[in-house]
Amino acid sequence: MSLSSPASTDGPKVTLARVAITIGALAFALLPLVVPIYQVSILTEILIFAVLAMAVDVLAGYTGRTPLCHGAIFGVATYVVVYWSQMGGSPYVGVLLGVMAATLVAAIFGLLAIRTSGVYFLLLTLALGMIVWGVCLRWTSVTGGENGLRGTVRPEALAGHLPFYYAVFAVVGLITIVMWRFVRSPFGLTLRGIRDSESRMRALGYDVSLHLFLAFTISGFFAGLAGALYAMFNDFVSPSTVALSQSVEGLLMAITGGVGTLFGAFIGAAAIIGLENLVSLYTERWQSVLGLMFIAIMIFAPEGVIGRVRDLLTRRR
Amino acid sequence: MSGLNTFQLLNGLTFAALLFIVASGFTLIFGLLRIVNLAHGALYLLGGYAGYVAASTTGSFLVGILAAMACVALAGLALDQGLLRFVRGYELRQVLLTLGVAFVLNDMTLVIFGGDTYTVPTPDFLRGAVRFWGLFYPKYRLFVLALGVVVFIALWLLLNKTRLGALIRAGVDDPEMIAAMGINIRRVFLLTFMLGAALAGLGGAVGGAFLTLYPSADAEILVFSLAVVIIGGRGSLVGAAVGALIVGLLNTVGQVMFPEFAYFVIFGPMAAILAFCPLGLFGRAA
Repeated sequence: MSLSSPASTDGPKVTLARVAITIGALAFALLPLVVPIYQVSILTEILIFAVLAMAVDVLAGYTGRTPLCHGAIFGVATYVVVYWSQMGGSPYVGVLLGVMAATLVAAIFGLLAIRTSGVYFLLLTLALGMIVWGVCLRWTSVTGGENGLRGTVRPEALAGHLPFYYAVFAVVGLITIVMWRFVRSPFGLTLRGIRDSESRMRALGYDVSLHLFLAFTISGFFAGLAGALYAMFNDFVSPSTVALSQSVEGLLMAITGGVGTLFGAFIGAAAIIGLENLVSLYTERWQSVLGLMFIAIMIFAPEGVIGRVRDLLTRRR
Repeated sequence: MSGLNTFQLLNGLTFAALLFIVASGFTLIFGLLRIVNLAHGALYLLGGYAGYVAASTTGSFLVGILAAMACVALAGLALDQGLLRFVRGYELRQVLLTLGVAFVLNDMTLVIFGGDTYTVPTPDFLRGAVRFWGLFYPKYRLFVLALGVVVFIALWLLLNKTRLGALIRAGVDDPEMIAAMGINIRRVFLLTFMLGAALAGLGGAVGGAFLTLYPSADAEILVFSLAVVIIGGRGSLVGAAVGALIVGLLNTVGQVMFPEFAYFVIFGPMAAILAFCPLGLFGRAA
């Protein structure tokens, strides 16, 4: 849809992108050694949410379907992991189960959602996400209702802030490489083809529905990974983790960075989580700020930070 | 698990009437302007609070309703002219913008009214219950049911028997053609947007008297309206009515029989309908 801009691969821009990525990765690797513990936990959160935003981007940017249910898929994994740890299970099995549950939910949602596109896709995924929220809120015997669940998810070895940060850093780095390979793979290129012209891809003999379904499920798998990491980070889950605002934040991060850029997710996550922490020092009205940001970005910079930079670079030559 | 009785069935019907009032506004805006107004739930809540303030200061329920409609219609005017005009033609950007507006409005009502629940005061003659078929039923809920029917008839007449209605219907089919024929379609769009918003305000004032108003009421009513419109089809009045009946009754069935999974009972059938006709029961291809 209109949010995305085509990716181009010519010389100086690629070099620039490489430099930017290296600087970004170095910053995430070295910053925790110099900043206080509280900021380390913010950095951890940024990395985790960047994965969620990348998962959203796989659909919004590379497939041309903007989802509003990824917060719910993310939260399903968080719920399962925390629930499992509360039952006394091993955290590694819990993470496995959580990601599997999220992928399953995504597959079910995908089966329904791929029949629609555009605004209908957005609405349907919104409604599907709300089901998860409704169930988490009302099924009090399992989810604890409004009070949520608390568990000790983090394994002993990762109990400290720094070890946990570097574990997350390594996992997120790995996930990023996998996702980068994924969107660059023939499969990912087919998705971009579907984004640009569904009928043409169908005429070329591609099974569009199957590709959409797989893209949705894979995107849900990554959102589930983020959710499982978040469970370890937070040790706590409540209906607000699966609420619409979570999906909205994930989407906003993807859009702020620039949809269809993948790495923009890190910029978006850093911008929004950084702002959230900054704003909450002064006011409790984070929700208003989030809403105003959404409005401003939609009016002034729908292509996001990376999209903007890319535009400026193209215009200069 | 218990079966349904007449009382619960009536509850379902009255809820359906309220849903119709709110969702008809949503579907009008969606059908004509192609705008999915995710701030519709927030407008409902705004209408509810406006109705509460006006009705409790003047002591008149009618003034409350009119104030709610006027206030929300103005909010609709501001939203359309102040914000949406900058993103015209971009479907997705419009939706996400209204989502941002919904967040801000919801937060602002939380600042002003806090987390307490409010009930719009009803006039004396609508209080109490009437007795028929051997059961007591609240008069006010019957009033809502009647109001839903009245709104349906009024909208049907407006759309099918007036010039404005003809313009709106023509605009749904082909806005460019209408503009080419020398009609200011922008003004028709704006009027429709305000009318749709006013219906959300009406729903808020009326619903605020029996469902009460609280900070997350907007998200709940929005999701129900979405279900109604997805089931009924974009821009279809009859679709909104049928959708509202389906959702209202399913909601009651769900709450009575499977309280923990009430959402499933509504959205399961919705997903099934969508799987077989992606445009909804009465929707037409754009």
